[in-house]
Amino acid sequence: MLLRDVIRFTAQSVLAQRMRSALTALGLGIGVTAVVLLTSIGAGINLYIVEQFTQFGTNTIAVQPGKASTFGISAGVLNSVRPLSLQDAEALKRAPYVLHSVPAVSGAASVKARGRERTVNVFAVGPQFDQAFKFHVSRGSFLPNDDLERPRAVAVLGARVYSELYGSANPLNDRIRIGGDRYRVVGVMEPKGDMLGIDLDDTVYIPAASGLALFNREGLHEIDILYDERAPVDEVIAGIKRILLARHGGEDFTIIDQQQMLDVLGSIIGVLTFGIAVLGGISLLVGGVGIFTIMTIAVRERTPEIGLLRAIGAKRRHILQLFLGEAVLLAGLGGIAGLLVGLGIVAVVHLTIPAMPAQIAPVYVVLAETIAVIIGLIAGVLPAHRAAALEPLEALRTE
Amino acid sequence: MMRLENICRDFQVGDQVVHALDHVDLEIKPGEYISIMGPSGSGKSTLLNILGLLDRPNLGTYWLNGADVSSLDDNALAEQRQQHIGFIFQAFHLIPRLSALENVELPLLLAGAPVAARRDRAREVLDSVGLATRLDHRPDQLSGGERQRVAIGRAIVMNPGLLLADEPTGNLDSRSSEDVIELIEQLNRNGISLMVVTHDPDIGRRAQRHISLRDGKIVTDDGRLSR
Repeated sequence: MLLRDVIRFTAQSVLAQRMRSALTALGLGIGVTAVVLLTSIGAGINLYIVEQFTQFGTNTIAVQPGKASTFGISAGVLNSVRPLSLQDAEALKRAPYVLHSVPAVSGAASVKARGRERTVNVFAVGPQFDQAFKFHVSRGSFLPNDDLERPRAVAVLGARVYSELYGSANPLNDRIRIGGDRYRVVGVMEPKGDMLGIDLDDTVYIPAASGLALFNREGLHEIDILYDERAPVDEVIAGIKRILLARHGGEDFTIIDQQQMLDVLGSIIGVLTFGIAVLGGISLLVGGVGIFTIMTIAVRERTPEIGLLRAIGAKRRHILQLFLGEAVLLAGLGGIAGLLVGLGIVAVVHLTIPAMPAQIAPVYVVLAETIAVIIGLIAGVLPAHRAAALEPLEALRTE
Repeated sequence: MMRLENICRDFQVGDQVVHALDHVDLEIKPGEYISIMGPSGSGKSTLLNILGLLDRPNLGTYWLNGADVSSLDDNALAEQRQQHIGFIFQAFHLIPRLSALENVELPLLLAGAPVAARRDRAREVLDSVGLATRLDHRPDQLSGGERQRVAIGRAIVMNPGLLLADEPTGNLDSRSSEDVIELIEQLNRNGISLMVVTHDPDIGRRAQRHISLRDGKIVTDDGRLSR
């Protein structure tokens, strides 16, 4: 029997029962749609988070106070821990391969200017912050390279803070109040967008020492290190560690490099995506049961036909092929329909809710269709085998 | 040419063993026209099924064209059926979703014949059974007589040596019956061996050789007498 004849014959069988075939295929199709949608959302979230974390480059390292064995974000400072100081940040500039070492304290405060008031994020950072993270000023300049301990009281406004407070007026050299203290505006940043939900444009930048005073803190939240991207990360970390150990006398700090952060996030997202795929797999399984049921019914209904085919020369293998082919065809059609619906929904989501991270994961798309066909095969094996095992005479006599 | 030697076929029915065929010997020469008659349960269908290689004897030897086919495996039996035997059933056994042409093509399709060749052959056969204008009709669009003629077309499309008809007119009115019988007799005149199992004495009488069975044994066989 020629392959094209097997395909044609099975297609005719499937088409002869349009409604039934469509419903059976639908069962599996819904499973495939679920897999496509769920994995697309998973992949979308993955991409979103990675983009968020790498938008400032991948050659950054964060040093935080306190020793953590996991890579959570440390919220408070333990008593036994020496705070990270501005001098620590200064000292780290001498570590091998380090390009910039930026002290950082952050919080929220109200900003008053020209009779208007607004509560914004305050980033108290070192003067190299803009270079380290490739932020650019649109007017004036970034924080000046003053004495770290006693900087002048100057501030740089984020794009949104500027437009909300000043509209389009010139803010340079204007006096503003941040949390009660007086500052002079020296610059305005270019719009930068979000990072993990924090509006970087709704932010005011002040010198790190001012921030420590403003938030009443002894130590920094973080020291951000930018290193030469050609340098081996391990050596950079070792250099940082050596300097801080010498200054603190013990390891009361945590060094987090971007890759570690991404790895941890990646593994969490991986588990999430896998779990999602398992959920989709369950719906595929249910679809498979549907195909099994329909094929079992089909074999029973068409028993006389099987007898006839055997009488006119079909071998058991032919009967097996025909019924297996039918199951696979049903599964494949359902799979393709499910794929199209799933991809369609993802496309619609993209158009209507651009903020919703949904990214088509081609691997899972191919996998879903492959699995659909394999499920068809598995679901078809038993009924097809039963059909092939029928004795021609018995089958012919069945009414 | 076919020869059955000492064929026995037993069935277990409950505690009882029924001898559907009880030491039957039979020889069929090429081109013969045989009717098999007998009451229900006399073994005539079993005989037909054994001759058609749909059933296997418990004992005895079946020689088909000089070869012993009683011990062939399942695949080989399928090939023998395909090449040498045409079946006509009371219930037609057409595949409802296929056209007349596709139904007739089926044996060729199963044999792996190329598309164009088998299409031509199926057309030719349907033409010869008088259905040249019904090629694309599905069985439910054909009359009973026409359906049986499609089935006959399917039975002869492989040019078998033996045509086995089990109550071929059982589901037909008398006019269609006459047409169908005339058609298979015509085929017989063209050389194919024809064996008809029937309850209908009028049809049975038309054969050249009449065999009657009772309790699994051949009780009369005028072909043997005439030799």
